[in-house]
Amino acid sequence: MITSEWLYWLIGAFFIAVAVLIVTDTSHAKRLGNAAFWGILGVSFFYGTFVAAKTAPSWVLGIAVLVMVALAGLGFTGTTSRTRVASIPGAGTGAETGPAEPTAAATKPSASTSVLATTSPDERAAFATRFGNKLFIPALVVPVVAVLVATLGPLVSIGGAPLLAEGSATLTGLGIGSVLAVVVAVFVLRPPRIATPIREGGRLLQAIGWAALLPQMLSTLGIVFTQAGVGDAVGTIIKSILPGGSLIAAVVVYCLGMALFTIIMGNAFAAFPIMTAAIGWPVLVQGFDGNPAAIFAIGMLAGFCGTLVTPMAANFNLVPAALLEMRDKYGPIKAQIPTAAILLVVNMGVMYLVAF
Amino acid sequence: MRARLSRMFVLIGVAVVIIGFALRINALLVVTVAGIVTAAIGGIGPVGILTAFGDGFASSRSVTTFALVLPVIGLIERYGLQDQAKRLIAKLDKLTTGRLLAGYLAIRQVTAAVGLTSIGGPAQTVRPLVHPMAEGAAIKKYGRIDERMREKIKGYSASSDTVGVFFGEDVFVAVGSILLITTFVDATYGLSLEPIDLALWAIPTGIAALLVHGTRLLLFDRTLDKMAADARVDAPTQGAAA
Repeated sequence: MITSEWLYWLIGAFFIAVAVLIVTDTSHAKRLGNAAFWGILGVSFFYGTFVAAKTAPSWVLGIAVLVMVALAGLGFTGTTSRTRVASIPGAGTGAETGPAEPTAAATKPSASTSVLATTSPDERAAFATRFGNKLFIPALVVPVVAVLVATLGPLVSIGGAPLLAEGSATLTGLGIGSVLAVVVAVFVLRPPRIATPIREGGRLLQAIGWAALLPQMLSTLGIVFTQAGVGDAVGTIIKSILPGGSLIAAVVVYCLGMALFTIIMGNAFAAFPIMTAAIGWPVLVQGFDGNPAAIFAIGMLAGFCGTLVTPMAANFNLVPAALLEMRDKYGPIKAQIPTAAILLVVNMGVMYLVAF
Repeated sequence: MRARLSRMFVLIGVAVVIIGFALRINALLVVTVAGIVTAAIGGIGPVGILTAFGDGFASSRSVTTFALVLPVIGLIERYGLQDQAKRLIAKLDKLTTGRLLAGYLAIRQVTAAVGLTSIGGPAQTVRPLVHPMAEGAAIKKYGRIDERMREKIKGYSASSDTVGVFFGEDVFVAVGSILLITTFVDATYGLSLEPIDLALWAIPTGIAALLVHGTRLLLFDRTLDKMAADARVDAPTQGAAA
């Protein structure tokens, strides 16, 4: 049976490979800090397998996590303007050699030792002319393979046992799709070196920087919050402000509570059991005799309105900002606030109208 | 009463997060400090805190799978993917930034509603395709765009993906949030809810999300028109000064 662990090892290997590339890049301003960060992160993905299987102590991984946070928090990671500039010897000559011979210019950046070096805008324009829509093929391999594996994978079984472990089909599909896409891209584009995909992937990874670790840290914080009883405390407060006897007030407090709670916890899944235990079940279902399926489904969607506006949901809101190299890390959240506010009101209205 | 009061102290951890994010302190530090503070108040010892961080990291590795897409995206970007995406858009006259993003929102939401959530995402589609096309459409229309417009286009590109998947996936019965609801309420309250019933009740909000965010994306074209006009007013004076 295939679990998701091989995928985590693949991610770990990628991070370690990026760390190695950084170590060998003597022009990198924060060489050792970055290499240590990505190297420890990579090893942690391997070690995590044994922690998840309970065959290795968790506290060792806890120390590794704190070391990574210290490296990032104290400014030992990231890129500086000196290294970020792509103007390395040889870059930009694509315009002079013209679109007819873009490969001559393309070999030069990769010959440089800078791990952040890539092609210049002129070279990219020339390559785009040469490869045209073929460039989209590798990009489309990822979703096509991911969807195929996610939908067909669970149907495959060998000797009566399912091939894919439960819940791993989507991740497995994404992993296989990503690897196949690199193979296809190398075949179509013929990059100068076999390490070029790792190098270019590493460039994007460093653009994301320590934000890559943030979703996992927030997930951990959510677990700590739950263990320490933050949920119960918030539930108690929200319940105490609920005026008795009013259906519309109960609907509003339930939906608003789901959204606010999700903003704090970063995850509607964490908010749902507590808000439902505080208001959804005792007041709305039992007290007002509401339709449980409608109340719970719409309540969850009210929580999603909170997810749209909270930096605590880093993988949905902060990682995209990092990936797009935005100056304002809250840019996506700002674009989503009005939609979230309107949809929260819509959820309250729909629940009030259909569930009672 | 004392027990109830001490239970409220764990909210100090929440306060740490809010203050930290508001002051824009390194988010990784904020989150870690909040975790340590909350755990300490909650009576978890030093080894327990380290164990919590270790277990949390190990069990949440799946949220970092987006990293796997980076090598292929980086490689095709190196060979001009974003340029090509912009060129493709330049050929389609009627396609403005807002219309393109509204179209992507609809595709993302409908595919998520039939269970194809892994078809898109910030790493798979927004960075390599959606954002370059949205920016290309704006450059085609306005000639050049300034940094403010560039940032806004990035934010709206990311939002079209996130809103689409959020309010599409719940219409699909086998998605995590639906299964979480049925598992929790069936176990806790002895109900036997059918996932399909929950999924059906997600449809009205799903339609509302498409209408609300789709309209906002279409109106975004007007915002860009205005920003481009403002930029043009500024630009000649700068040119004259130079």
